[in-house]
Amino acid sequence: MALLQISEPGLSAAPHQHRLAVGIDLGTTNSIVATVRNGIAVVLQDEVGRSLLPSIVRYKADGGVDVGHAAQGAQSLDPRNTIVSVKRFMGRGLKDVSHIESMPYDFLDAEGMVRLRTVAGVKSPVEVSAEILKLLRSRAEASLGGELVGAVITVPAYFDDAQRQATKDAARLAGLNVLRLLNEPTAAAIAYGLDNASEGVYAVFDLGGGTFDISILKLSRGVFEVLSTNGDPSLGGDDFDQRVYCWMLDEAKIRFPSIEDTRYLLLKAREAKEMLTSHDEAPVHAELSTGEAVDLTLKIDAFAEMTRTLISKTLGPTRKALRDAGLTVNDVKGVVMVGGATRMPQVQRAVAEYFKQEPLTNLDPEKVVALGAATQANVLAGNRAGSDDWLLLDVIPLSLGMETMGGLVEKVIPRNSTIPIAKAQDFTTFKDGQTAMGFHIVQGERELVADCRSLAKFELRGIPPMVAGAARIRVTFQVDADGLLSVAAREMTSGVEASITVKPSYGLSDDEIAGMLKDSMEHVGDDVQARNLREQQVEARRLIEAVEAALAADGRLLRPDERADIEEEIAALSKRIAGTDHRAIKAGIDSLNAATQDFAARRMDQGIKRALAGHKVIELKL
Amino acid sequence: MIPDFSQDYFALFGLPRVYRVDMARLDQAYHAMQGKVHPDRHAHLPETERRLSMQWATQVNEAYRTLKQPLARAHYLLRLAGAEGGHESNTVMPAAFLMEQMEWREAVAEARAAGDHHELEKLMRRLDLHAGEIRAEIEQSLDARKDYATAADAVRRLMFMEKLEHEIEDALEALEN
Repeated sequence: MALLQISEPGLSAAPHQHRLAVGIDLGTTNSIVATVRNGIAVVLQDEVGRSLLPSIVRYKADGGVDVGHAAQGAQSLDPRNTIVSVKRFMGRGLKDVSHIESMPYDFLDAEGMVRLRTVAGVKSPVEVSAEILKLLRSRAEASLGGELVGAVITVPAYFDDAQRQATKDAARLAGLNVLRLLNEPTAAAIAYGLDNASEGVYAVFDLGGGTFDISILKLSRGVFEVLSTNGDPSLGGDDFDQRVYCWMLDEAKIRFPSIEDTRYLLLKAREAKEMLTSHDEAPVHAELSTGEAVDLTLKIDAFAEMTRTLISKTLGPTRKALRDAGLTVNDVKGVVMVGGATRMPQVQRAVAEYFKQEPLTNLDPEKVVALGAATQANVLAGNRAGSDDWLLLDVIPLSLGMETMGGLVEKVIPRNSTIPIAKAQDFTTFKDGQTAMGFHIVQGERELVADCRSLAKFELRGIPPMVAGAARIRVTFQVDADGLLSVAAREMTSGVEASITVKPSYGLSDDEIAGMLKDSMEHVGDDVQARNLREQQVEARRLIEAVEAALAADGRLLRPDERADIEEEIAALSKRIAGTDHRAIKAGIDSLNAATQDFAARRMDQGIKRALAGHKVIELKL
Repeated sequence: MIPDFSQDYFALFGLPRVYRVDMARLDQAYHAMQGKVHPDRHAHLPETERRLSMQWATQVNEAYRTLKQPLARAHYLLRLAGAEGGHESNTVMPAAFLMEQMEWREAVAEARAAGDHHELEKLMRRLDLHAGEIRAEIEQSLDARKDYATAADAVRRLMFMEKLEHEIEDALEALEN
């Protein structure tokens, strides 16, 4: 990190310090890692030239873990321990997961998120996803020849807070510094928009392996502004496979297939589906472990008929997204297709029919998200080049609210609000002498709490006893640029402050993450202490370097005593770097950071003023 | 030491303090401001800067939202003029207006019960027209005549209309599910 280089946010860091950053599309079916190399976004391949990593993780009895292609072959041999489509379980309880009956896993319903019992122990979807991310991370580090500064991880735009938090936790668990969670359709729009220098309103239709998103964006003069987003978090290519699978069982009169055969037949179903992308019919041959045989032909018309309802399920969210944007199909200049499932001709036909135009498929629908994420990662890491002067304004997909009397939801932040956003709401006590108050945070569009997703419950204690109605409790919702929520409550009138900040109960606590991180590192024999020390030393040196550069450039913004304080902190931190206590170095970093807070704000402010000074905003040419 | 959020939102974006906002200018000023303060511009900096940036971007978004939406903008102008007058608690409206509201509501409820998509959309168009007239009234009284009492009255009526609009939207959405 080149710290405090904030006076000219539009300019790049010194070219020789190109920081390694990647974009990762953590998909239901496949995952991809990409980076920007010599100014061009490229997908990073494995050692034999493969771009897509199957999102499959197999836990083995000896404690080993296979990921990707290595695990793929075991799907129907060892289905219970070979986890596919884990993204469907992220931030989800057992009751939220569809088609659970045909899944081979040994589920364990846990608080907030479902767990999977494997031969290697109980695993959370966060841990399974982290295995995929770890492999992509090492692929990237091997390919780029160094440690990553950070990564942008993409999520479906319609992911709720719990699913986002779970994704971020998985990345942290994989040892990745998350620069940003980026919505998949937005990532695609960046890749597409920058590639085609587009202007106007675009729809991004993203049908992946397990999720469907539709986003409406306005592209103007380098600004990507998301106007609205909608979707279905459990609709994707998997569901098409499922329909074909049911047809196979029906036609071949197979009842109660084993979990191994189920997995095998689902694979056959997917093969048939993929074949129909370029053929009118697909043969389906399979021999089950029972000796039963499947020998069928799937015709494209029959396939279209059995999946018609799935396709029509995409149109409701599409209509809603357009309505929320205050637009009609006539306003849409282009429709960008994203996700492997948009390769199906009947999906393309349905989209063309609805939008009254042929969708855009000139970028590979399976890679475009990762490429957009890489572009964003490159900029966020500080490698901004002159041509990267674009800005992204995204929204929150689902309304956030609180439970009120009678199990009703009071919306605090409406869906499609541009992030970051904060809203405060005041409450009062309803009983004399009441000293505590409970809050229940939910996400969703429905009126009843029971129909929304419960994100967190917490209690504010220590309210001084007052008559009913006298206390003023302010609850503040803050959604950051990752789309993640934090909530704080505070009693305002008494001067006595009590406040609490909550994270959704689905998320893992920092301690849990730290514990898992430690376990996994010990597993690979890494020395946590040494790594920590190294990291803190690097961080401290970077900070000192940046502060010194800032002092040289803008020292006049400080009074002599303020400057002396900062210099003292620098000296103290320099001493600590030579030691071996990473905690002491961290404390020194925090302390120097705190000491430079005002200075940083002044410089930032000055930078903004300077940027706006020459031409007053009002006078800018349209 | 931070972008001057003590000035009003119009001044923040370098716009004249009037109801009739030049939307293209507002958009441009907003984009220019977010281009400086947005967290994506500061993601590579230490936590302090990132936190500040989030706060500022949050405030810029709030300012933009307020000026972009006609009702919020009108409220805000009344507040700046010190003529807000507690319209949220003041629910005494002319009887004729209230009768009209009841008729609207009945029409929406009927169309909803009948599942009549077309009727709902027709109502929405009628409502839009009507809301447009009220907005024109607000513009007249705020910008031309500086008659805040009349403006406040129109703002109250617009609040009713927007509530109706949400009801129709909800009904349309319920039909789709």
